[in-house]
Amino acid sequence: MQKNRLDQNLLQTLDSGRKCLMPYVTAGFPNLDVTAALLDRLDRIGCPAVEIGIPFSDSVADGPVIQDSFNRALDTGFKIHALFDRIAKLRPKLKTALIAMVSMSIVRRIGIEAFMQKSITCGFDAIIVPDVPVDESKIIADASAKQNLRSILMCAPTSSAERQQQIANHANGFVYVIAAKGITGERSAVDNQLPDMIKQLRGWTKTPLIAGFGISSVEHVRNVCKVADGAIVGSAIIRRIREAVDRKCSNDQIVDQIGEYVEELMAGTN
Amino acid sequence: MARPCKSNVPDEHGRFGEFGGQYVPETLMGAVSELEQAYKQVCCDQSFWDEFDHLLIEYAGRPSALTVAPRLTDVLGGAQILLKREDLNHTGAHKINNTLGQLLLAKRMGKKRVIAETGAGQHGVATATAAARLGIECEIYMGAEDVRRQKLNVFRMELLGAKCIPVESGQRTLKDAINAAMRDWMATCDETHYVIGSVMGPHPFPVMVRDFQSVIGRELRAQMLERYQSLPDCVVACVGGGSSAAGIFAPLIDDKSVKLVGVEAGGAGVGKGLHAATLSAGRVGVLHGMETYVLQDDDGQTMPVHSVSAGLDYPGVGPEHAYWHSIGRVEYTNVDDDQALKGFTTLCETEGIIPALESAHAVACAMELAPKMTNDQLLVINLSGRGDKDVMEAARVLGREIG
Repeated sequence: MQKNRLDQNLLQTLDSGRKCLMPYVTAGFPNLDVTAALLDRLDRIGCPAVEIGIPFSDSVADGPVIQDSFNRALDTGFKIHALFDRIAKLRPKLKTALIAMVSMSIVRRIGIEAFMQKSITCGFDAIIVPDVPVDESKIIADASAKQNLRSILMCAPTSSAERQQQIANHANGFVYVIAAKGITGERSAVDNQLPDMIKQLRGWTKTPLIAGFGISSVEHVRNVCKVADGAIVGSAIIRRIREAVDRKCSNDQIVDQIGEYVEELMAGTN
Repeated sequence: MARPCKSNVPDEHGRFGEFGGQYVPETLMGAVSELEQAYKQVCCDQSFWDEFDHLLIEYAGRPSALTVAPRLTDVLGGAQILLKREDLNHTGAHKINNTLGQLLLAKRMGKKRVIAETGAGQHGVATATAAARLGIECEIYMGAEDVRRQKLNVFRMELLGAKCIPVESGQRTLKDAINAAMRDWMATCDETHYVIGSVMGPHPFPVMVRDFQSVIGRELRAQMLERYQSLPDCVVACVGGGSSAAGIFAPLIDDKSVKLVGVEAGGAGVGKGLHAATLSAGRVGVLHGMETYVLQDDDGQTMPVHSVSAGLDYPGVGPEHAYWHSIGRVEYTNVDDDQALKGFTTLCETEGIIPALESAHAVACAMELAPKMTNDQLLVINLSGRGDKDVMEAARVLGREIG
């Protein structure tokens, strides 16, 4: 498979001796202007990839903070085609890889082939469909591979060794290693099973291993990056956006605050 | 009477034709696979089904009666009408069949706690009941809006020793309670079993709940053969998620002479306003871990649903119903709120039975079908539950002042 932007960005970051910080933002929360400005800022900070969560009315994998951001985005009229249009406009200015995190309900409604086609055309480099486990993932993997899109699989602390190996065998782009049990959300400590899980996965795949779920401080990032190839930070960012929105901050202020927070987290990747 | 159905679906991947499957996050696959294994094991363990049978007979009051409805038959003219009386079960509906089965399984799996979602509260009460009987800790997720509307059922659950957790996210109704319960399960599956209330969700739930409910159809079959030496010409059942309908249909699926009719909630009228007629007006999509017919907008977002009956108020439908629909084995139709209310009052007045508003949909449909049939034909209505829970709502909709 020909290397795409995501592969290259991850490789470049790791080659330079650093780890990969992947922030997560909810598309359209509080509006698409902020989403666009955040992508620009996160790109300039030097994040090799950004995850863009596509709001869904009935997400099961996400915790209360991200679900609330989905509901708010949908309440203010979020439409997926508006996101595709906005990404298409931004793409030429961005170096960072863009990853769509999207529920199967939405992919299935748009049509699997059509969704991949739209995603690659507007400038996404990978997709994560969190409610499609490796057992059901073939149709997603085949359709995305055709477009040179990466389809990221997740691996959980509750996955059996057999499943972990299966996930590793099908891995492309990176493996999203779930660092804690349960749903997305901030936690005080990172699960202590993580190092063992990473070690085991390394035996099966050369694909980068990026950890997410429950990571919210620079110490978390540093700890996770001792073993993993990078860290994903989601709920902690979304909570900060929500607090800023609730304080009636302007779009610029929201972007500045998140930008400063992510810069702080970046220190954990050195 | 209780045992797994002999059926060529689902396949080993939990597929009913193109429907079903396991669309859940990797964090849940451990729990789902564990349940799949555990259910597979008890399927060939006669002691499990014996114990289940014992509970169904001694505790839930089975078998449920098959009651002749002479006055309704006279009023309608046409087919002779029979009622399969799930309303006479302990807790007043078919729900107890499933919760006793799942709680028994949870106990065998060594789980210390069960959780469940509930809309109007019927499945919550049935779960709390079975949990009390089997001595397992129980917590019920319920949309905050439903908690407000169904205070009596909340109190019932509390009396039965369960804790009711209001869900404030989304539309604060059934689907949001399902989301919350799934999230809980993801974090607690080591010690917790999730008692899904219908033939929905990821495999193995749809097949397992169907099997636990299939006692209804198996009893009906035996009762018919004993009394009439023949099977019914037609069986009518209401369909929300579709567990009572799956339970009565599944043992009759191979009896091609029996016409099977599933009745969905037409709400304010399909094409006119909000409804919950998923198979009549929905499209194939993914929701709550399964591929099935769903009510979604063009973006894949779940659409708001409505029915006068809270138990039918669900934007999806069990994948096996989607399958039966696709192969044409079961005919699916819908009746609107007004028709359902007419069925409700008619059964009260002609037979002295107050049906659940869910079941009143099946009555309303039978009122259309029976006159078109002959008087030597037999039509069975699946009376899935009693209507005591619905009298306040019925009074409100009928414009009567009470209490």
